[in-house]
Amino acid sequence: MRELTLEDLDDMVLGATLLGAGGGGDPYIARLMVRQAMEDFGSVMIASPDELDPDGLVLTTAVIGAPTVISEKVPAGPEFVGCVTSLAAFLGKKPVAIMPIEVGGMNTLIPIAVAAEMGLPVIDADSMRRAFPQIEMTVFTLAGIPASPMSVADEKGNIVVFQTTTNQVAEKLARASVMQLGMANGISCYPMTVAQVRKFGIQGSMSYCVDLGRKLSAVQRGEVGAYDAFLEFSGGHKYFSGKVIDIDRRTTEGFAKGTLVIEHLTDPTRTMRIEIQNELLMAFEDGKPIVTTPDLICILDHENAQPITTETLAFGQRVDVIGLPCAPEWHQEGMLELVGPKAFGYDVPYTPMEGARK
Amino acid sequence: MSRLRIGIDVGGTNTDAVVVDQDGNVLASTKAVTTPDPSDGIAAALKAVIEGIDKSHIKQAMLGTTHPANAIIQRKDLQQVGVLRLAAPSSLAIRPGAAWPKDLHATVIGPSAIIKGGYEYDGSEISPLDEQAVRDFAQKCKGVVNAIAVSCAFAPANYEQELRAGTIIAEELGEDYAVSLSHQVGAIGLLERENATILNASLFGVAKRVVDGFQGALLSHGLKVDSYLTQNDGTLMTAEEAIRLPILTVGSGPTNSMRGACALAKLSDALVIDVGGTSADVGILIDGFPRESSAAVEVGGVRTNFRMPDLISIGLGGGTIVRDEDGGVRVGPDSVGYRVVTEALITGGSTLTLSDISTKGDRLTGFGDASKVAGVKDATVAGALAWVDEQIQILCDRMKASRTSLPLIAVGGGSHLVPDDIPGVAGVIRPAHHSVANAFGAAIAEASGAVDRVYRYEAEGRDACLDDAKRLATEAAIRAGADADQVRITSVVEVPMSYLPGQGCRVQVKAAGPLATH
Repeated sequence: MRELTLEDLDDMVLGATLLGAGGGGDPYIARLMVRQAMEDFGSVMIASPDELDPDGLVLTTAVIGAPTVISEKVPAGPEFVGCVTSLAAFLGKKPVAIMPIEVGGMNTLIPIAVAAEMGLPVIDADSMRRAFPQIEMTVFTLAGIPASPMSVADEKGNIVVFQTTTNQVAEKLARASVMQLGMANGISCYPMTVAQVRKFGIQGSMSYCVDLGRKLSAVQRGEVGAYDAFLEFSGGHKYFSGKVIDIDRRTTEGFAKGTLVIEHLTDPTRTMRIEIQNELLMAFEDGKPIVTTPDLICILDHENAQPITTETLAFGQRVDVIGLPCAPEWHQEGMLELVGPKAFGYDVPYTPMEGARK
Repeated sequence: MSRLRIGIDVGGTNTDAVVVDQDGNVLASTKAVTTPDPSDGIAAALKAVIEGIDKSHIKQAMLGTTHPANAIIQRKDLQQVGVLRLAAPSSLAIRPGAAWPKDLHATVIGPSAIIKGGYEYDGSEISPLDEQAVRDFAQKCKGVVNAIAVSCAFAPANYEQELRAGTIIAEELGEDYAVSLSHQVGAIGLLERENATILNASLFGVAKRVVDGFQGALLSHGLKVDSYLTQNDGTLMTAEEAIRLPILTVGSGPTNSMRGACALAKLSDALVIDVGGTSADVGILIDGFPRESSAAVEVGGVRTNFRMPDLISIGLGGGTIVRDEDGGVRVGPDSVGYRVVTEALITGGSTLTLSDISTKGDRLTGFGDASKVAGVKDATVAGALAWVDEQIQILCDRMKASRTSLPLIAVGGGSHLVPDDIPGVAGVIRPAHHSVANAFGAAIAEASGAVDRVYRYEAEGRDACLDDAKRLATEAAIRAGADADQVRITSVVEVPMSYLPGQGCRVQVKAAGPLATH
């Protein structure tokens, strides 16, 4: 186990913003929350599954709701601790570790605050290693692990624990509960053993996020060779450098959808089109898919390499489009049906990244 | 005879003043040095600019000032504030003042409490307001701090609880006790709005002195006129209001400069570039107002959610140093700054600057001794100017909101560097009086009102919701002094909210109009 330092936290915030792939919520609030939790309850250890009792219970936690509401109805604490302890009570077992579901965006950090308060380690794994908009979009679903029993809680002490037949129904029930509970809630789902995390989870996600952030921060400081080191570490590739010439946003079925068009910096005949559904999901050049979900599309400011979220995209920004291969654990049967282009309504084949690390 | 207005702008270096008639003509202008006590500079600029003007025609005076901004940056004259948040049990995971710089926190933040209260996204209460807790907190602040900042979850949508808390504090500590309520200060984003409200309350003393100094200077010249201060968004508030909301003035400098430049050029939609000795700032005006930045704005190291002009700055100015090296011509990023008047080649110095390049390249004339740059190679001039032109084109490109070409207004002492032809720009305009664009911007400022709240389109329909927001913004503008017949909607921004039921949408509407004459 190793202690998560404040310096790690800064790198983690940057890594989490990048792994948000344009979405996942602003980690700023979550970071303030982690800092206060560390002040009040002490530091947090990151543990590998091999360091924990294989039969021990691992419980996840995340924030679920609407980002705008969370900016006004700031986290309290009990909604996260409450959903974890109530699920533990339902299962009749105490957890040995807390796990993030989504290492990407603000949900990377929330579990750390909860772990600090509960005096538990955070297990170095997750189920996405990027941001996705729905609860069932995990490698656990591919492994046949149910999201339920699961719990949703608010800050006042209202808690629902429920059991569902499929992870898709789990998503619907959770979303419906959240609408009744103030749209800024804690969720705990996919309860499992350490052994299951070891077998089915994405390994080393938290460390990866910190390391990725550290490599990107070196790029931002302008260190020689840092860009190449960053791309080599992540297996990523810079596909396009250009200027945003069109951004069209709309909200349908609860998702912030949009289309982004980028014109190449030096060759105006080349344009890249990126489709957005909360996250940046599909990148096309001349109608040809270049990077497709579940591989990650990240947009960096061309000048300072700061990741740009979909809310802050604007005409005229000069950007680099980076593709990062998704976690290798995604590559198994059922991936495309769950999180491939067709799962988001794009009639386009999945195009694995060229030369991506498996 | 015409009705006249005085505009004064206190900047970091200069205090400028203008007298403007009702048609926007500059009748007089002056530039004085900003003094350690800025009131002295204001008095001096005022005295100079009204020389020879018939004072009986002066009806209004507008002040744009950096006092409050400087007070925060220098941690000077700030008062300590009690911080009350109405949101519990929500928000307990992040205490007030989180992420503030340590020294500012120690200077400004006094007793703080998060008590029961606040609203949900749908308008229901998170908790009813804990009135006894408000009373207890007021008593805790009594004799300890002289102001209290109150913030409530979703106050931009519903501020009943904030008003009630304000009433209770007045009952406990007296009607004159200073209270700042968050819904008057900021928009959506509780932590950022709370930060702004705390800073606002800490500036009450500074604001009172500025307004007293300004009104005192006016009175000492026998000017019994309406007095206003300019806000971050380029619109006005009365001097009395400014005493209660000083934080809304901290970004007014660049806004006044941009609006002044645009009005001097008699345009309402344009790009503006302000080139100084060290840097160039580019902004854009749409319908006479600067486009605001989408990113969070920090004031003195504290994150706020203010409306501030969206500016992009680069190190390109008259004093920027040019080097001709083996690898080619390298420009900046360092600069001799204001010392360009002694250190550039043309002014008898020994440093090759962009002002020298501009002279040799025939862009700058009538400044210094052109013969001093005879030895500069043409290739160096071409290389440096190519860099300047490319940078300015990139800045303009980044700032534009669409592919439509807009004119570019060039102001500032280094504006000679701006080329006449820029791809994607519909002409470069260099207006007269551009050196006092800031003070002119203050003089022509209008009254405004704004609304920022979440609507649910499913219930009322989008059109009805937008109409409601426009009506509220218009009413707010009229309350702020705008002429009811001339108020217009200046911006409407809709931000659809993901996951929110009932087609939730954040709507931001702004209205503005010229001051009503009375």
